[in-house]
Amino acid sequence: MSVAPAEVDLPRSADRPVSDRPWVTIVWNDPVNLMSYVTYVFQQVFGYPRKKATKLMLDVHHKGKAVVAAGAREAMEHNVEVLHGYGLWATVKQDK
Amino acid sequence: MEPFRRTRGGGARAWIAASEASLLRSLVSQVMTLIAPEGPEPPHHPPGLAGWEDIDALEALLAQPGGPTSGEDPEEPQAPDDPVLARLLPDGYRDDPEAAGEFRRYTESGLRSGKQQAAQEMLDTLPDAGGPIQLTQDQAVAWLKALNDVRLALGVRLGVTEDFEEQWASLNAEDPQWAAFEVYAWLGAVQESLVQALA
Repeated sequence: MSVAPAEVDLPRSADRPVSDRPWVTIVWNDPVNLMSYVTYVFQQVFGYPRKKATKLMLDVHHKGKAVVAAGAREAMEHNVEVLHGYGLWATVKQDK
Repeated sequence: MEPFRRTRGGGARAWIAASEASLLRSLVSQVMTLIAPEGPEPPHHPPGLAGWEDIDALEALLAQPGGPTSGEDPEEPQAPDDPVLARLLPDGYRDDPEAAGEFRRYTESGLRSGKQQAAQEMLDTLPDAGGPIQLTQDQAVAWLKALNDVRLALGVRLGVTEDFEEQWASLNAEDPQWAAFEVYAWLGAVQESLVQALA
């Protein structure tokens, strides 16, 4: 597993504004994963303090999903790969 | 089983009965079989493993119903047909099959081997005849991942929802699924105690 350079695939052309939207990592609610475990994973994977990790976990739980990170596409794909390793249900999306 | 407690250095320790160790070994092995890169093989466990009356029933429950997995066409990989595998190896994109296929092509084999490694690490640190469990922090994280994969697999097979307690309570104790719900609940308690020990 490796992290691609953050800038590689980011579109830069001014005539493609749609492609300039940042990418996000989304975590979806799931009936199996423990709330404490999801909070722990957010702390471990993103280095978030417990308070922020807990808030994101509760967003996932109550709203069905939450954006847990934003940035370059490769970095978001790396996040999703790591989160899948922990058994969380995560996807990459271009922000709207 | 005695719940996990934190140890110095950030690890965790617990105590497990022989029957519980057998059960965990069986379930983790079953998930390893499901996610093996070469595809699932018929369930099996070494002779003499018995000690939990429902192991066979649980293995039958977890065993893949069959059908192609994502490895069929390396150029156009798709989410596995088996719902357990689809949950353990989910798509990385929603509503974009092309991006999902591309993502899967580059990540699925690493994901499978990572899950295999965590499961193996758990088996390696699980005392065969029961007794004390001593985990470093890295080993504890491997346990969390492997326990979670077992719970995901069982949860999908049982059709667990957020109203798990009510689902369980609605079953007759003689229903074959009742025991599986009990195991699922127990696995959740074990994982919860390990998260609390590490948090």
